[in-house]
Amino acid sequence: MKPQIYQEQRRRWIPILLIAPLVIFIAATFVAPLVSMLKESVYEPDVADTLPRTVALLNKSWDRESLPSEEIYRTFAGELLERSTEGRAVIGRVSTRVNRLVPGTRSVWGKTARKLREVEATDFKSTLIDIDDRWGELELWHGIRQAGQKFFTRNYLHALDLKISDEGNVVRVEEDKRVYVTLYWRTFYVAVTVTILCLLLGYPIANAIATAPPTLSKILLILVLVPFWTSLLARTSSWIVLLQGQGVINDILVASGLVQENQRLELWQNMFATRVVMTQVLLPFMVLPIYSVLNSMSPSYMRAAASLGANPFQAFVKVYLPQSLPGVYAGCLLVFILALGYYITPALVGGPDGQLISNMIAYHVDNNNWGLGAAISMIVLVSVMLLYLLFDRWIGINKLKLS
Amino acid sequence: MVRNMARETIATRSNCFVEVAKRLVFLVLTIFMLAVNADDQLTVVSWGGSYAKACQEGYIDPFATEAGVRVQLADYNGGLAQVRAQVESSNVHWDVIDVETQDLILGCDEGLFEPLTDLSLPNGIDGSSPHSDFLPGTITECGVATLVGAGVIAYNTKHFESKPPSTIDDFFDLDKFPGKRGLRRTPIVNLEWALIATGVEVSDVYDVLSTAEGLKTAFAKLDSIKDSIVFWEAGAQPPQLLADQEVVMTSAYNGRIFNAQVVEKQPFVIIWDGHARDYGHWAIISGSSNVNVAKKFIQFAAKSESLAAVANRISYAPSRKSSWELVGDHVDMDVDMRPHMPTHPENSKRYFTINSEWWAEHKDDLTERFSAWVLQ
Repeated sequence: MKPQIYQEQRRRWIPILLIAPLVIFIAATFVAPLVSMLKESVYEPDVADTLPRTVALLNKSWDRESLPSEEIYRTFAGELLERSTEGRAVIGRVSTRVNRLVPGTRSVWGKTARKLREVEATDFKSTLIDIDDRWGELELWHGIRQAGQKFFTRNYLHALDLKISDEGNVVRVEEDKRVYVTLYWRTFYVAVTVTILCLLLGYPIANAIATAPPTLSKILLILVLVPFWTSLLARTSSWIVLLQGQGVINDILVASGLVQENQRLELWQNMFATRVVMTQVLLPFMVLPIYSVLNSMSPSYMRAAASLGANPFQAFVKVYLPQSLPGVYAGCLLVFILALGYYITPALVGGPDGQLISNMIAYHVDNNNWGLGAAISMIVLVSVMLLYLLFDRWIGINKLKLS
Repeated sequence: MVRNMARETIATRSNCFVEVAKRLVFLVLTIFMLAVNADDQLTVVSWGGSYAKACQEGYIDPFATEAGVRVQLADYNGGLAQVRAQVESSNVHWDVIDVETQDLILGCDEGLFEPLTDLSLPNGIDGSSPHSDFLPGTITECGVATLVGAGVIAYNTKHFESKPPSTIDDFFDLDKFPGKRGLRRTPIVNLEWALIATGVEVSDVYDVLSTAEGLKTAFAKLDSIKDSIVFWEAGAQPPQLLADQEVVMTSAYNGRIFNAQVVEKQPFVIIWDGHARDYGHWAIISGSSNVNVAKKFIQFAAKSESLAAVANRISYAPSRKSSWELVGDHVDMDVDMRPHMPTHPENSKRYFTINSEWWAEHKDDLTERFSAWVLQ
């Protein structure tokens, strides 16, 4: 009786213990960052916490059409003076936040705090405007009021080339500042074309590896895997050597007389190069899943099809292809999702066309605007999840096979 | 009996737990011991490559020997992402960092760097006080600049044998100097150069850029050469683009071109006209556990001799005047370093210092506008 109980107990615990590290790992490295990223994109308490009374007054007693009242100016000056004694970073953070909404106002804050300390003011409105004209402009006060919201959608609006106008409506940003929507489409377009190219090139390779005699098949497999193990940057740079104006391909074309010396082809610094290089880089992710499905497929089906009178084309379309679809789906999904996140490769070979949405995410993360970076990332993440759901709806996730 | 059984079950279970727990504790301890910093250790973060090597030989190694500190040198690629991640998670394992002016300003405002207002810097080798000796703008609230670098235009002499370009205006002149141009994919410096090429005085550049018409003019000037621009991302690219003859002229960091000229013997020439000057600063990361050692390090790095030692290895100029006398031939090569310095009088006839305060206010906005322009 007893040993059985122990065993039962142990049986229950062992699997939990075995998966515990994975659960903890995923929670710590995936779920937690994702949640904090989401929070970062909609929540920023700095301005509201630093200037609570000013923000409250701006929300309550300001008509938003004329300059704020003397009371607001006085409250603001008091709070600014008070907080600026707590170290540079307190006001620094506020000025950074407001500057994102009203570019060009960052230095106003430090200057104002410094000068306020030196003067004995009675009329705060005129004193502040004397210190800097911009305190006499509505724009800056709108900026403070907006930045004073702890929870907001403006990062998401910004990431969609929209903004909240001073009247409180959602409007598109000026035409010369619209970037993000174009970049999502471009990124999506590049990812789709690269996936299609990978499929067209990868399927025959996978088929060749799966059907070749064992020795040849091993060699082919290694040929697919070697670039897979090579550094991405090394591969991208090699492509530059091949594609550039004075590069290998152009040199061969010129030497063979196909192209005139002064008419060397422009093979890089354009979308063509982006697609070619990304396809080469991502090809293994297409070949391997398809290969693993084809490899486990019995050749007898094809023979059966042939013996029942199908010509090779019919046999392929009706028998071979449908059975390989799980691998095709898996490969396409892998390549597509990886392609969405690529940016070093396009940035290096793509020239003016080489900028994709990931470049902007990297820019904002590097320049301390994590909220906007997070909002863009979330938009990409949600679009991918929507595509995944559509895929599940139309084709079914269970049809996907990675090995 | 029941109680006994329960106790035994618990005992067995806890045995199993004890075993697992022991292993976990051991693992955690091992990781912890690997991560723990000894007191006399300093992690110095810089840009890597030949530049970091020059700093290491110039003053990092001498400092380590003199102060008895184990210095660990780490590389990064600029930007504040890693710094902020460390400060916000209170897991600071970098101590001193070499930052660009813009990142210094942003980071200082965000409280990512220790204030250095109480740091006393050493007098110059000629006895001059730090504040008269250091160039204006090099001693700031959170950082001390030790070197002066320049963004320049460089060209390959193979393309211009008879009449070479010599000004910023020539860079934008496709008729007189046809061919592709390399530019970094950023609005910074490119907009300034575009304005200078339209005839704006270097001293007025930022005033004009602050106006809507000024910006429009700058973008229009860039637009006039758009089809000939090859964008680069990393500092190593422009010398390569020139060497491969992918471009006839390109913007570049002067140190990189110097390296290509002197070490690789490439036929490159720097156009010093209108160069964009910037400083490299040392700052201490807020929450570093070695603040005192880090401060000693900055004091050591800011000595006249230290700055000159770097300038004698790579073509970045010292940020204090008293170091100038100590700059001479390259330590390994027979090259006079002085004509390669951005601050050499011959090279300083027309230049501007990048106004990082201005860029801190406009960078996000203009980067979006620049990207939109590139996308068009």
